[in-house]
Amino acid sequence: MNTRYLPANLVIGAILVVLTLGVALLSVFWTPYDYTQLDIVHKFQGPSAAHWLGTDQLGRDLLSQLMAGAGNSMAVAVTAVVLGGSIGTALGLLASAYGGWVEDIVMRLSDLSFAFPALLFAIMLAAAFGPSLPNVVVAIAFINVPIFARVARASANQIWTREYVFAARAAGLGKFAISRDHILPNIAAPIIVQATIEFALAILIEAALSYLGLGAQPPSPSWGRMLSEAQTLMYLAPQLAIYPGLSIVVAVLGFGLLGDGLRDVTDPRLSRER
Amino acid sequence: MVFTLKSPALLSCALALGVGLASSAVSAKSSVVIGMQQEPTTLDPTADATASIDGIMTHNVFQSLTSVTEDGKVIPDLARSWTISDDGKTYVFSLAQGVKYHDGTTFDANDVKFAFDRAMGKDSVNPSKKIFKPIESVNVVDDHTVEIKLKKPDAFFLFNMAKGDASIVAPESAENNKTNPVGTGPFRFDGWTRGDRLTLAKNPDFAGADSVAIDKVVYRFISDPAAATAALLAEEIDAFPGFPAPEILPQFEADPRFTVTVGSTEGEVILAMNNAKPPFNDIRVRRAISHALNRDEIIDGAMYGRATPIGSFYPPHGSAYVDLTGVYPHDVEKSKALLKEAGVEGASMTLRVPPFPYATRSAEIIQAELAQVGLDVKVENVEWGFWIGEIYKKQNYDMTIIAHTSPNDMGNFARGKKYFYGFEEPEFTALWEKIRAEADPAKRDELLKQGQRYLTDQAVHGFLFQLPKLGVYNKDLMGFWQSSPVLFQSMADISWSK
Repeated sequence: MNTRYLPANLVIGAILVVLTLGVALLSVFWTPYDYTQLDIVHKFQGPSAAHWLGTDQLGRDLLSQLMAGAGNSMAVAVTAVVLGGSIGTALGLLASAYGGWVEDIVMRLSDLSFAFPALLFAIMLAAAFGPSLPNVVVAIAFINVPIFARVARASANQIWTREYVFAARAAGLGKFAISRDHILPNIAAPIIVQATIEFALAILIEAALSYLGLGAQPPSPSWGRMLSEAQTLMYLAPQLAIYPGLSIVVAVLGFGLLGDGLRDVTDPRLSRER
Repeated sequence: MVFTLKSPALLSCALALGVGLASSAVSAKSSVVIGMQQEPTTLDPTADATASIDGIMTHNVFQSLTSVTEDGKVIPDLARSWTISDDGKTYVFSLAQGVKYHDGTTFDANDVKFAFDRAMGKDSVNPSKKIFKPIESVNVVDDHTVEIKLKKPDAFFLFNMAKGDASIVAPESAENNKTNPVGTGPFRFDGWTRGDRLTLAKNPDFAGADSVAIDKVVYRFISDPAAATAALLAEEIDAFPGFPAPEILPQFEADPRFTVTVGSTEGEVILAMNNAKPPFNDIRVRRAISHALNRDEIIDGAMYGRATPIGSFYPPHGSAYVDLTGVYPHDVEKSKALLKEAGVEGASMTLRVPPFPYATRSAEIIQAELAQVGLDVKVENVEWGFWIGEIYKKQNYDMTIIAHTSPNDMGNFARGKKYFYGFEEPEFTALWEKIRAEADPAKRDELLKQGQRYLTDQAVHGFLFQLPKLGVYNKDLMGFWQSSPVLFQSMADISWSK
């Protein structure tokens, strides 16, 4: 395995992800311009030395907006997936460790929330608490809980049958301690793979919600909102839709490929087939 | 994967195209589909201030005593003629005969008395009660003659009587007009699918029915400018008289299938401030905000240059207009100084914006402009129902952006603290009473100029621009007005040239 080349999807995915995360991180400290700074006299400018990607309908620097949009997008995705993933994984471990009615409750609840369309839930939240990025985070985290609960439980169930777990139980360790010390480290790989894939979906959902006006509120920049604002400008300035669209493609594709690549590398069944 | 995000839009485009083809195949050009941004909240123009109620119902389903032409001239409607006494206080209207309501009941002078007594009554929910205020009594002389006595002469009386607020309704049906409007007009109400469309059908019993070319009018409610564009391009709708997105006009202008018109409306777009609430009760704060605004930037950015700046609350095409746009020039330093003097530097405030592009787009620019003078403005985009309920009725807001589309509406500032402006100055209220009572147009214009100067001096609101009337029409569709002196236009004037 070590001597073989890393799979192409892993490499390409990693490059795109590093690029996106790098830009997102950079935007926290520096963007070429203040993305809220209007300069309406110079709207719809093409690329130039001053504005690398030109300016939008209000004369704001496009590159700065895209960078800050990346920051928002990544922040939402990271927070939501980490939050939803932790809760989901904990519930999955709980279900696997105790079985019986605990498992039934956790798994039926997760079936229930699975049946709930993610976007619908987010729209409901926005209607109840007003549109904002924190609500988007909560919505995405919520839909991630059952996903991680299932993955964690399925993987944990396999580990519970291993000899070293029997040994640990024979040694008198409690279920909580075993879950923490033995199960969790051994199901980390599938969880991380899942998280990477969910990341891509989280970026998409954030963009969709902001596109619908339920996510980032002006002047907070967001790829989705840039897309929706560019919609009536397609005739005048198609680049305003193309850039945020491409950014979403790069980010989603990056995390998607990285997730696939990681799974290829870590999943023993797949590696045997190579 | 990005296509999953956009697929609902693509799907609806495809659907729109399909529906458009289907409907244009069936219609033998006697029906017209009109796109509209704002859906009515109810169908009774005497019950709610939403402009689209008048836009659809007034002079289509309902008639009034008078009507108004495109250039603002008052013409007879249900009142075929009238005489005015020398002191300007007694109007005698002789009414049309043989007119029937859509439910078969007969129209006569008692309906006029009923309609006006209802509008003036204690329990009246009429959004323009003020236009009935000068009326002392409504007397039935005979079945087809009504005498209206005024407390004092009212220069706007005949004009006001054309409005949807003064629609003539029948005692038999008035209660149900909110959902099943029954009037005497050239079209009867045919159906309303909320969130989608409202249909009117030609009234064959209408006196002038022979000259009405359209059998069926369908209003489609499309608030999203991109969807409106797609629907027009797909020929799913034939006309969009209040097109919301000026940036798309060049595309329609270049397309031989469409006629594009740019006219004016009576809509003054203002950054309304809640004058009853701190810090906006402080004139220094209001003036500071006026100095912070840059109208050119707002008009350029939000309206793509297709609007005229205003410096007070009066339309630039009106005869009494004075240009006050230079009173509070864009001056960041002066604005900051005034805010400091008032002790509210760096204050936070919310800007609640109704779902109209002129408002949401202006909001984004105004937010940035107020940020320059250190004010932290939170923009909240709200639904129209919420706007009417919370902001207009309950005065629950700091700032909002709204177009006041009624004609001669400077009297809004004389409506007292309970009106959503929260503004009350006896000096202006007295001035407005004088304006209403002045019969001589030249003298009235002088007073109106005074009124404009007063409102600007008080910086009651941020006065932004006059809302343009942008119209996109199928090139074969004739008769739509370029400018709107009133909120309505009867679809009886519309016809297909082929």
